[in-house]
Amino acid sequence: MQNYAAVKDSDHEKRIFGRRITVSIAIVALIFLALAARYAELQLLNYQTFVTQSENNRVHVQAVAPNRGLIFDNNGRLLAANQPSYNLVVVKERVDNLEQVLLDLQQLFDIDAKSIAKFKHRLTRGTPYQAVPLKFKLTEDEISRFAVNRYRLAGIEIKAQLVRHYPQGEDFTHVLGYVGRINAADQAEISSLENIKSNYAATDYIGKLGIERFYESTLHGQVGFQQVETNAHGKVLRILGQTKPQPGVDLHLYLDADLQQRISTLMGDRRGSVVAIDPRTGGILAMVSTPSYDPNPFVTGISTINYAKLRDSIDLPLFNRSLQGQYPPGSTIKPIIGLAGLHYQMITADSTVPDPGWYQLPNDDRFYRDWKREGHGHKVNLHDSIAESCDVFFYDLAYRLGVDKIHEFSSLFGLGVRSGIDSTSERSGLLPSRQWKKAKKREPWFPGETLNIGIGQGYMLATPVQLAVATATIANRGYRPIPKLVKAFDDNPFNRNPFEKNSLAENDLENSVQHDDISNNRPIDSILHLSRDVSDAHWQQIIDGMEAVVHDPKKGTARAIRRGLNYRIAGKTGTAQVVGIAQGEEYDADALLERQRDHALFVGFAPIEQPKVAVAVIVENAGGGSTVAAPIARKVFDWVLESADEKNQMAAVSRY
Amino acid sequence: MNSRSDFSRNLPGDPSALRAQTGRFRRWRLDPPLLLLLMCLAAFGLFILYSASGKDIDRVTRQLLYLAFAFFGLVVVAQFKVEILKVLAPIGYIGGIVLLLLVAFFGDDSKGAQRWLDVFGIIRFQPSELMKIVVPLTVAWYLSEQLLPPSMKTLMISFFIAISPSILIVLQPDLGTAILIAASGLFVLWLAGLGWGYILAAVLALLGAAWPIWHFLLHGYQRERIMTLFNPESDRLGAGWNIIQSKTAIGSGGWDGKGWLNGTQSQLDFLPESHTDFIIAVLAEELGFVGVFLLLLLYLLIIIRGAQISLAAKTTFASLVAGSITLTFFVYIVVNMGMVSGVLPVVGVPLPLVSYGGTSLVTMLASFGILMAISAESSRL
Repeated sequence: MQNYAAVKDSDHEKRIFGRRITVSIAIVALIFLALAARYAELQLLNYQTFVTQSENNRVHVQAVAPNRGLIFDNNGRLLAANQPSYNLVVVKERVDNLEQVLLDLQQLFDIDAKSIAKFKHRLTRGTPYQAVPLKFKLTEDEISRFAVNRYRLAGIEIKAQLVRHYPQGEDFTHVLGYVGRINAADQAEISSLENIKSNYAATDYIGKLGIERFYESTLHGQVGFQQVETNAHGKVLRILGQTKPQPGVDLHLYLDADLQQRISTLMGDRRGSVVAIDPRTGGILAMVSTPSYDPNPFVTGISTINYAKLRDSIDLPLFNRSLQGQYPPGSTIKPIIGLAGLHYQMITADSTVPDPGWYQLPNDDRFYRDWKREGHGHKVNLHDSIAESCDVFFYDLAYRLGVDKIHEFSSLFGLGVRSGIDSTSERSGLLPSRQWKKAKKREPWFPGETLNIGIGQGYMLATPVQLAVATATIANRGYRPIPKLVKAFDDNPFNRNPFEKNSLAENDLENSVQHDDISNNRPIDSILHLSRDVSDAHWQQIIDGMEAVVHDPKKGTARAIRRGLNYRIAGKTGTAQVVGIAQGEEYDADALLERQRDHALFVGFAPIEQPKVAVAVIVENAGGGSTVAAPIARKVFDWVLESADEKNQMAAVSRY
Repeated sequence: MNSRSDFSRNLPGDPSALRAQTGRFRRWRLDPPLLLLLMCLAAFGLFILYSASGKDIDRVTRQLLYLAFAFFGLVVVAQFKVEILKVLAPIGYIGGIVLLLLVAFFGDDSKGAQRWLDVFGIIRFQPSELMKIVVPLTVAWYLSEQLLPPSMKTLMISFFIAISPSILIVLQPDLGTAILIAASGLFVLWLAGLGWGYILAAVLALLGAAWPIWHFLLHGYQRERIMTLFNPESDRLGAGWNIIQSKTAIGSGGWDGKGWLNGTQSQLDFLPESHTDFIIAVLAEELGFVGVFLLLLLYLLIIIRGAQISLAAKTTFASLVAGSITLTFFVYIVVNMGMVSGVLPVVGVPLPLVSYGGTSLVTMLASFGILMAISAESSRL
């Protein structure tokens, strides 16, 4: 070793090594310079880009849903509330493997494939780091199950949310409607309206029906935004800035919740509708449609089975009879026909017709029968014809008026057009005319059809709310009110103009009538004006007849309800032959028979001198209006007129 | 010959006191400038680690313990005579190869790579760490016995010595360590005067071998890492995430940074591996370009001191070893800072003395211990 080393040229090695070290240090210096240049490039040259990027990393803007406006009745009783509910939500950005986590969650909770599909649809519209709900209304048990498994569920949280709750349940469903989760169709509608799209960024629920839908824009409020600092796991660490959401406007209804509930109880198992309206304002005091259903399951999503039960029920609980039910008005139309006769001078208060129990048109061998086999005597006048509901008198009058005059005159009472009530899915009923028949049936008008209209049968159809409005028009002697559910909007500082035309529902011509067109009390082509052109004497003669319906102890068809009255009611009973609002279903024979019985109707207002309430009652397949419908109306009048003080006291106690 | 070091000559104050001080270091075979620089670096590292770990004082304490142990190791290694190290080198080398083979067959499969050897369940040991020290020593041991510049045969043997362990390590697979170990051996060859023709040929051969290496040697995740290096945006949430976040952290630091403990990328967990391999991004974000520049300066001073020691070494063996250790240290820095800033693929190399972790720290300071020993035996410093 020593020898071998001796032959090595140590100095030469040192020189080579020295050179190499020098070159190395030069290279090191160069590369260090390059490294410094690289860091300078990132930190000095592209500083702005990366600062922006790092800000975008940590700062996120989150939409905050506004609290939905509440709905109160006239006495301040809460009809639509917001209740906290706990939802399972997913922040997509924080989940490693979404499919796997969804499978895990399905094992922990009862989540079906359909909810997963809906959830995935909701994901597509979410903004980054938005918590997207997967399962709603967790139970205590589910919440604790989540807490136990939380450690392995990154990106899954439980979030409290205010969810619509209808504390009064089914009695108000057909008035209030309900909200439900935004579905694909709602989403398409929202996305198509630029000014609304951003406002719904954090909203999960939307009005589907009734007041909830009609006043959607008013109730919804204005979305808020939060600038939050989040860490890489999407956890919000602090709020950097925020624009608070503006809560929706509260609605105060004309509705009297106690009256509504009382009527619902009175109706019991019977199918039908009761509408009570204040003729002075058009305010709806009660609007009952039975049977009804609990709206609360619809909010978070009703199960398919339960929905099918409601949908397929023979009693049609989903059907809002007050606005959608189109019934033959029957004899309740007679005061209007009578008034038309007086106004067009076809008859006077003293005109009489003979009633042998049937009527015959000239050159027609068909008999038009009176409901009373033996007739109402050989000299029947208008007053008694209304009180006793004589058919022959009105066959004769209708024949003489002709369909054109009946159509023109009746339309002034709101028949055949939507009333313009502030709710959805209202139907227009049917006030037939020559033109209508030509267009729809491609047939000329036959005189016999005019006779049927004269007693509110045949083609003529009206909704309960239309009948209530027509009755209110008589009570007002010509002024036809537009029925209104909402009396006032809460005057909170964020209150926007509730009539601003940016609402989803209010844009929807299908569901609403232009207020301007119908606030004018007559059709465009009409030159007739009820309160101006129809003489007071004529109004009085008709109202006298209606008074006799209740107060004439011998003749009045509704005389049974006069007992104990200390105010005066003007009314009219009706019995409508069923043309079938529920036909074509498979019923057993007994049910079919039951459902072929006549509908019982009653319309009326009170007190006669200063009408405060007009009522329309329809009870399906209940037989005569005098026995079933009139007593219900009497109770409504009693409640509104007699126990006002008592009611106020009770309402004060039951408030909230 | 002047016995005072360059370092002490530059210091003001009482020369005799300093001489006494220097004498004490001499007795412990320690190089004061190098030791001071290393300690500065370690202190700087702890300071950054506190922030990078999210103010985790436990982690800082543990790193402090690792540091104490590693510096103790440095002092121990420095006590070995260089001649002894030269004798031990080939023995260590053969032992290391055996251990690597054992790892290949019986290694502990942790984190998807077989790197650890579980010794009787008591100690877990990475033979590749031993190789980091032994390979340059062995190549130097071999070359120092040959005529320099090396002949073809000498070259082939040296190359074989340098590359074999890396082949075993790359199979584990640990590309970063394999590259570093191969480099430490090849640096010895380079310093010994490897002809420029060979270097050129080697570079060409390497380029030629790139294709088969890519297809047969590299694992899927390694290929993915290299691919995302060229286009991190292609996989924003996957493999590209690390690079995008680290570049964002560095870039958003600007001139003077967001301030210590105030880095949003690092404090809000956007930066992955922020206390280990990617710690430079924390430094860059919070202390800005100024901080990066200071760190580079500190590293450069250490490298220059290493170069001085290697130039002053008494024997060829000592020179070659000192030079290789210094250049390997440099490679650590370049690979780490290059990968974090997105110019080199992510291969998992820590930032020396700053990244959290005990194993590499002990190895690193052990090789500096060798530098100290060499420094102690050279009279010129």
